[in-house]
Amino acid sequence: MAKQVRQLDRVVIRFAGDSGDGMQLTGDRFTSETAQLGNDISTLPNFPAEIRAPAGTLPGVSSFQVHFADTDILTPGDAPNVLVAMNPAALKANLADLPRGADIIVNTDEFSKRNLAKVGYTASPLTDGSLDGYAVHEVGLTSMTVAALSDHAISKKDAERAKNMFALGLLSWLYSRPYESTLTFLERKFAARPELVAANTAAFKAGWNFGETTEDFSVQYEVAPADLPAGHYRNITGNVALALGIVAAGVRSGLPVFLGAYPITPASDILHELSKHKRFGVTTMQAEDEIAAVGAALGAAYGGALGVTTSSGPGVALKSETISLAVALELPLLIVDVQRAGPSTGMPTKTEQADLQMALYGRHGEAPVAVVAPRSPSDCFDTALEAARIALTYRTPVVLLSDGYLANGSEPWLLPDVASLPDLRVEFADAPNAPNGDGFLPYLRDQETLARPWAIPGTPGLQHRIGGLEKADRTGDISYDPANHDLMVRTRAARIEAIRVPDVEVEDPDGGAQVLVLGWGSTYGPVGAACRALRSRGHAVAQAHLRHLAPLPANLGAVLRRYEKVVVPEVNLGQLAQLVRGRYLVDAISYNQVRGLPFTAAELEGMLEEVVKNA
Amino acid sequence: MPDPVPVSLTTKDFKSDQEVRWCPGCGDYAILAAVQSFMPELGIPRERTVFVSGIGCAARFPYYLNTYGMHSIHGRAPAIATGLSTTRPDLSVWVVSGDGDALSIGGNHLIHALRRNVNLTILMFNNRIYGLTKGQYSPTSELGKITKSTPAGSADSPFNPLSLALGAEATFVARTIDSDRKHLQSVLRAAAEHHGSAFVEIYQNCNIFNDEAFEPLKNPATRDDYLIRLEHGSPITFGAQGQWCVIHPPGGFGLEVKETASVDPAEIVTHDAAVAEPAYAFALSRLPDLDLRHTPIGVFRRVERPSYDALVREQVATAKAKANGASQEEQLAAALASGDTWTIG
Ligand SMILES: Cc1ncc(C[n+]2csc(CCOP(=O)(O)OP(=O)(O)O)c2C)c(N)n1
Ligand code: SF4
Ligand SMILES: [Mg+2]
Repeated sequence: MAKQVRQLDRVVIRFAGDSGDGMQLTGDRFTSETAQLGNDISTLPNFPAEIRAPAGTLPGVSSFQVHFADTDILTPGDAPNVLVAMNPAALKANLADLPRGADIIVNTDEFSKRNLAKVGYTASPLTDGSLDGYAVHEVGLTSMTVAALSDHAISKKDAERAKNMFALGLLSWLYSRPYESTLTFLERKFAARPELVAANTAAFKAGWNFGETTEDFSVQYEVAPADLPAGHYRNITGNVALALGIVAAGVRSGLPVFLGAYPITPASDILHELSKHKRFGVTTMQAEDEIAAVGAALGAAYGGALGVTTSSGPGVALKSETISLAVALELPLLIVDVQRAGPSTGMPTKTEQADLQMALYGRHGEAPVAVVAPRSPSDCFDTALEAARIALTYRTPVVLLSDGYLANGSEPWLLPDVASLPDLRVEFADAPNAPNGDGFLPYLRDQETLARPWAIPGTPGLQHRIGGLEKADRTGDISYDPANHDLMVRTRAARIEAIRVPDVEVEDPDGGAQVLVLGWGSTYGPVGAACRALRSRGHAVAQAHLRHLAPLPANLGAVLRRYEKVVVPEVNLGQLAQLVRGRYLVDAISYNQVRGLPFTAAELEGMLEEVVKNA
Repeated sequence: MPDPVPVSLTTKDFKSDQEVRWCPGCGDYAILAAVQSFMPELGIPRERTVFVSGIGCAARFPYYLNTYGMHSIHGRAPAIATGLSTTRPDLSVWVVSGDGDALSIGGNHLIHALRRNVNLTILMFNNRIYGLTKGQYSPTSELGKITKSTPAGSADSPFNPLSLALGAEATFVARTIDSDRKHLQSVLRAAAEHHGSAFVEIYQNCNIFNDEAFEPLKNPATRDDYLIRLEHGSPITFGAQGQWCVIHPPGGFGLEVKETASVDPAEIVTHDAAVAEPAYAFALSRLPDLDLRHTPIGVFRRVERPSYDALVREQVATAKAKANGASQEEQLAAALASGDTWTIG
């Protein structure tokens, strides 16, 4: 039966199931197929903190949302158009996010009395009318998979586990996805067990064929390729992009990279990824704790390496004293904070932007550092390079603030030309620098960057001692002189302010906007999507987004003063807003939400519309 | 430790221009003088020697040596030195720490550096007190110690630093005393020659806050009966006439002191620092009584085990060797383009 084909401009699908159902993998594969087709994509995984919560329970639900479109998009989508629910828990946990009319594909095999009871359903939602407003497709995913694999010599358990591939095959058919990459993937993944390659491939095809033949799906959809810039692409998560940015910084600086890290969600994947890149001279050390991790990175930086440490809020708090030491030593150091919902253990797998003020001020004494934040998963690559540039050029610790949303989310990345990446080569001190010709002054500064010489151990004639005690200007000798301390404190502040960062750009395509939305970090996507939506409805609104939080771009004050109203949406209680108000005396409107989730474009659109209308 | 190269340096070459600021009479002076006069022997150029310290009186040490040095933060020197030693095998990296620095705030870093066997020489100046903060008890102070913070006597049992190091399976463990320069230098020499973590406890007198803490080991009237000088390959006997000895009592776990005349000479333990099993050195570390009677000094344990830093560098070198002539840039381009990629336009 030839089916009707309908064109769509965008679709949001959420795959949801038990932690053991392979939903992350299913989502990844669907994303990859979609990338091959040339759609723009944005993804958002959402998994429980528990590794294997009891099967079939609400805490055990894991999901993966993918948004794909024929235009460029900025977010993983506010609400799914399609929910794939592998069990009652997945349905219950996600139903509230679905708009009426959405498609729900349910695995009816899992809707047993027992499974329903586990999540508190007294009657089956499939029969009690509670799903009346939705287009429900009841599919026996498990039983059909097992039937399709009846002549495969594999265990019943392995056959049942292939149900995610059946679901993927069905969805791939429904949205006309090219599936070659999935078949190659299966061959690679199960290379050691050919029987599983055959079974999973068969399950995928059975799902595809089921779509083609069943009456339940009368329409097949297509989403045309997006008009993206020409080039070579890959899909990338924020954590992998960040790790590759660090590798690239090592290559472009010619320095060995040393990563000291202690595992913590959601930063661990950076450690995992970097540990695969030893051939670039990358050394990764899993330290005994975060203090040792940053200490070892600082020790390596002292010896002339690009020292990096990666963690999340609780771990960065532990590093605080060592970062202050690095401020006093004036050595390059890159500290990555993949923020998560706090305080304390908080919600480890959920996102938040609440470490901004810790990054800026969370140290003893006047201990300024540079702070940068990426705006999207692929931007983590560029931001890591920028952080390394600042650290190496200005000999300072730099905090890079990513977050859980960027870390695990993904988007297509236009691969950069390696030769065009910034040149980060550094010069170590190799000769006495005292004006009278002999002697070495470890705290004699470069007039432009205010950086002191990086004289690494092993350099003959430049032996010197550094430490946390206050140092005399120029000589670096221990000093308790009041005037010297005042000078050094001010100089350390001036060093950060002297860092050259690009002006902040304002996006106001219609011109004449009265309202400016100022964001930082991972809110770029939802803020941008909200602004676009507003503009498409005839409202002018300007958007500015900060990558550099310390120092702030030189033009920021002037930009802020150009607008009647400045709105600062943040996934915290107003940390940037407070900074902007204090520094520029701008009466910024702080808009906040701290639910462990990114903003939805829709809620920002609604909020901004009110502000624009009243401007 | 980097290979020695012929350099002719003198004690003076290792003195920095900084004024030494310990209290007059402090044991740290003797240790500094011993180190400054011993360094030339190692044949390592000054620029390839780095002293990393934590915080405390002891930790001021690097300022007074004309080598590279970092006076870091309290307790963290082993961690910082680990990053340096791992990335710079051409350097001779030393850690100087106090009993509070190494065993209290930095206890975690110390045991992990030792178990990893990072190539470091760690000197712990044990004065059994917090000197810099003016006299609180430390993790090596005796139970019941009366200090400013424990007017009724401390209720904490002390660490035995060598037992701790041996529990972490340190590959080189030794003890020496500030007042015995010859012994101190012989221990430092052995420690410096060791590949991997070398842990040296140096009994150091804080004449201001814990004076005479090691007096029985120094006083001519008592020292011969209190000190056990360990010599690799020699039977362990001590006392002015060798009237005491150490035996391994049958059926017991540890070692015991006996009158030499009362035992069969074959029973006397011959010191062997190379015993693979740390239990022997551990038993030695348990010999002293609370009053310091029967305190062994010298090298307790000296065994070979691959060092963390060497293993890590080997992994990096192996990975680098797989480049097949591709430049770093070419390899980077390939790494960026790994996984599923696609082309638009
Ligand atoms: C984080 C931190 N906590 C506390 C201190 C204060 N402090 C400095 S040295 C010290 C103890 C030093 O004792 P020890 O390591 O035995 O060295 P000593 O002075 O006896 O040589 C303390 C508690 C500090 N500098 N930093
Ligand atoms: S306080 Fe004690 S350890 Fe510190 S310098 Fe004075 S005598 Fe030496
Ligand atoms: Mg002490």
